[in-house]
Amino acid sequence: MTSWVNLLVQGALLGGYYALLACGLSFLFGVMRIINLAHGSLAVIAAYLLWVIAERWDVSPFMGILAVLPIMGAVGWVLHRTIFERSLKGGALIPVLSTFGLATVTDNVLFQVFGADTRSLAPYIDTFAYDSWHMPGDIYVGKLAALVLLLAVLLLLGLHLLLARTSLGRQIRAAAEDADAAQLVGINASRIYAIATAIAVMTVALAGMSLGMRAIFDPYSGSQQLVFAFESVVIGGAGSLWGTLVGGMILGISQSIGAQISPQGFLIAGHVVFLVVLVARIYASDKVSSALRKLRTQPG
Amino acid sequence: MLRIDRLRAVHGLLCAVRGVSFEIAEGQTLALVGANGAGKTTLLRTIAGVHPAAGGQIEFEGVDITAMAPHRRVAEGIALVPEGRRLFPGMTVEENLLVGATSGRKGPWNVERVRAALPQLSRIWKTKATHLSGGEQQATAIGRALMANPRVLLLDEVSLGLSPKAVDGVYHSLQSLKEAHTTIVLVEQDLNRSLAFADRIICMLEGKIVAAGRPAEMTREQVMEHYFGARQMTAAGEPT
Repeated sequence: MTSWVNLLVQGALLGGYYALLACGLSFLFGVMRIINLAHGSLAVIAAYLLWVIAERWDVSPFMGILAVLPIMGAVGWVLHRTIFERSLKGGALIPVLSTFGLATVTDNVLFQVFGADTRSLAPYIDTFAYDSWHMPGDIYVGKLAALVLLLAVLLLLGLHLLLARTSLGRQIRAAAEDADAAQLVGINASRIYAIATAIAVMTVALAGMSLGMRAIFDPYSGSQQLVFAFESVVIGGAGSLWGTLVGGMILGISQSIGAQISPQGFLIAGHVVFLVVLVARIYASDKVSSALRKLRTQPG
Repeated sequence: MLRIDRLRAVHGLLCAVRGVSFEIAEGQTLALVGANGAGKTTLLRTIAGVHPAAGGQIEFEGVDITAMAPHRRVAEGIALVPEGRRLFPGMTVEENLLVGATSGRKGPWNVERVRAALPQLSRIWKTKATHLSGGEQQATAIGRALMANPRVLLLDEVSLGLSPKAVDGVYHSLQSLKEAHTTIVLVEQDLNRSLAFADRIICMLEGKIVAAGRPAEMTREQVMEHYFGARQMTAAGEPT
């Protein structure tokens, strides 16, 4: 019994990281309907920036992130102006291809600059990387994992409040719902999209920091992170911020249970749950559509 | 105040607005009438900047705004209530109005004044736009446009799809805006309403102005003839 509780706890903590990772992907999809395939690579860029800052100037990642956040925000702004804004005009497929290209270029540039060696930010946070609380029932809660989960919840709450309570949030929601109508009420939709991209990439920076502190990374780690983020978003419901948290949790718990069953089960369990949810969503969507069609065709 | 000079607008190969020219002075109410496909909506959308002009010029307060982005035109004082209302469905009435004030233009309209001018909004203040009736949506769309403190309010098919009672409510609200000397350009299919409400009428056919004049100078029958292209006439003394 205790081992199952432990599994759930460890899975939920891992899910916090996935939620943090997926948050920007979900936000960008919700606002601009862009599936950013460079999402994972951007997280790895942030991790490398923090590693450079820590290595060169001996600055803790917790301090380094204060410099990396605005840098990544600027990267997001430039990405929107140079790639997203232009590719969005070409239909739904062009942004996907553009961000795929961006991810490929990013990964290879990182490889060129940093080589194939794996890195980690764990050495720069002392024992915090593996410190834990010993809970009743012989359950260990990692301090770093708990911090990442807390960070994810606070970030999602912050984004929720931004969208619900502020003028900028209303403008973002308006541009997301109907960009043409948003322009008719005086909203510069292009500027709002650039701000949304900057916010999304800043959340990716936080995910990159968490990735670097809790694990090792290399120039090609981005694709794996993208898969986890994508699965969390699909499980939780694309564009839904709190759904992303739920999706991350379900993915994390599934992977923990899968790992308990078999050493190779960690990834497989996550993928299976993702596929089941995806098929269920498509099936449910078809059912709803056909029910609506029936209602429409009924006489009277 | 607003001068349209030989304006052209196209939809692919179709020329929807063909060299239209007119002026509107501050505080005037102008109704654009014409059959479906006459180019009225395209003309309004081109003035608002959401449809590009293919030629000609739009001048507002002496400034050429033909190439200006739509959000900047709102900041200059031109607001459009589009056909189909185009509210933000996931937002409440309150949020739709607040987002209407994004341009930050100073003026007499604020939440309190809009609620006073459109009292039906108070009852549905916290209701999401997707749950509103047609009349409520139209009132919200007008209120949202007013929140931008426009100097020229462009209204596209305000009575389309509404019950007669809802149309009465919308026109009652518009009458109070007219009395407050708001400049209004109105696209309307209901000829009787247009003749009763506007200071001037412009009749369009196949992208061109075929008649213009004051309602007192034009009978309903005369306008109907131009409406369907039976003959072409320009009322004396009216710029077209």
